[in-house]
Amino acid sequence: MAQNKITVVISQAQGKNPTRRHLEEEIAAALIVDPDVDISLVPHLYDMAADHTGMLFLRSVPGDMVLLSWLYPRGIRWILDRQGIAGLEGVTLLKSEGEDDEIDEESEAPDAPEYNGIGSVHASKRKLYCIDLRSDSDPSVYLDEIRRIAGENAVQTVDLMQWIQGSPQQPQLERYLHPDRMLEAAKSNGESNPVNGNGDRVNGNGADVLPEPAKRRWYPVIDYTRCTNCLECIDFCLFGVYGIDQVDRILVEQQDNCKKGCPACSRVCPENAIIFPGHKSPAIAGAAGEVAGLKIDLSQLFGGGGGDMLNMAVAERDAELVNDGRDAVGMTVGIPKRQTHIGERDELDDLMDGLDELDL
Amino acid sequence: MIALWPQRHNEKHHAAKKQSFMSADLIFNMGKFEARIPGDRQYSKNHLWLQECDGAFRVGFTAYSVRLLQDVYFLDWTIDANTDVRDKQEIGEIESSKALSSLYAPSAGKVIEFNENLLDDPSTINTDNYGDGWLFRFETAEKPLQPAEYIVILEEGWEHTQRHLKGQIN
Repeated sequence: MAQNKITVVISQAQGKNPTRRHLEEEIAAALIVDPDVDISLVPHLYDMAADHTGMLFLRSVPGDMVLLSWLYPRGIRWILDRQGIAGLEGVTLLKSEGEDDEIDEESEAPDAPEYNGIGSVHASKRKLYCIDLRSDSDPSVYLDEIRRIAGENAVQTVDLMQWIQGSPQQPQLERYLHPDRMLEAAKSNGESNPVNGNGDRVNGNGADVLPEPAKRRWYPVIDYTRCTNCLECIDFCLFGVYGIDQVDRILVEQQDNCKKGCPACSRVCPENAIIFPGHKSPAIAGAAGEVAGLKIDLSQLFGGGGGDMLNMAVAERDAELVNDGRDAVGMTVGIPKRQTHIGERDELDDLMDGLDELDL
Repeated sequence: MIALWPQRHNEKHHAAKKQSFMSADLIFNMGKFEARIPGDRQYSKNHLWLQECDGAFRVGFTAYSVRLLQDVYFLDWTIDANTDVRDKQEIGEIESSKALSSLYAPSAGKVIEFNENLLDDPSTINTDNYGDGWLFRFETAEKPLQPAEYIVILEEGWEHTQRHLKGQIN
């Protein structure tokens, strides 16, 4: 069974929050002595450049993987997608704080529809379990869930072994399961900017050492299960973040052109498909469903005003334009034409509106 | 605990009498918590203090702000130093044990430099909000509020603030 170990990766919190560090350490300490688990720590998932050693490690994991991070699972999934780390979405029983308990898009029957995979182009067959470390403050909750997943994993692997009638070495199994993985990794490295967001070249030698800390970054990730390729974002953003690929599909082309703190494109996206995993508003950060019980937002107290989504987006964009020494454009450029979309409002629409109506 | 803070309590009892002196500290009661509003500096409506220093203002959180934030974990600025800002322009983000918030300019002006020490360890905001926990240096042509004027704003806004907080907790 030694080969059937499940890989568990803890992506560390940004900053020095002692409570978060402590939880990470407690989980890691318990798993280091667990024979069924390979545990690794990497810096914050969102901050690592494509050629960061931590990201290279993640990309090299062949089999099922549990990824714990201080992000909403939806945010984790689409960051992985962006980095060319593909797999089927594993069902975790843990929910992010405040997310509803419905198992929404997370069912993954063997004949699952195309978009159940993490990997917007080609999904891999292994499973990726994305867990939000904000779900609970008790390490045992995560340990129980990881052991449950490890058990699930062991059974599946045995089935597969029987099917291919042999005991392949890990690299062979890996090639069998993921013929296109190497290709994707290469593609992702090529696509992303070799210089990270801070302009310094990142060490990409893949050495097996503790990954260097990652500096904080800011860029959108696209949820391709929601994106309708309407291209409103590419019209709205005037900083050249978005582009289209060979098949005319929207992509985040120049992520480091993105203006730190600016979530304007996410606000104008008619489908709420654009995630800024580090944004303070749950709906923009990739929360799945109804959100409640999160931290208090004091922005209004410290001088933030209300306003509808489009006005906020336009103001945010103008502020960034002016900072760049360009002229503010207000409502004259790239205003969404489909903002009043016909059809049923869903829970997310209510949530997005609700966030603006906190004004008492 | 009370024995540790005899000075504060004296100040509270004499606050009314001392108001006529510029240097006297004022106290605003947030429930049982006494937010000290020092008389040696000025204030903005969005709960920052401004103190003149080398031809500009040093800016930081008032005790009122820190009480609402509680333990600060992250502080991040979304603009660079030496940037002109509009009134209420968003300039950063903060996250604490209880809350998160965007941060906004106290008025139109120019942010000259940030307190770099806080970026590694923002806890000084909690331990010394009126001293080493200052946030940034700021130039402005606007006239900040006097302590007594800020106290009036706190008194007028306190009901609203409590409702705002309760509305989010439920």
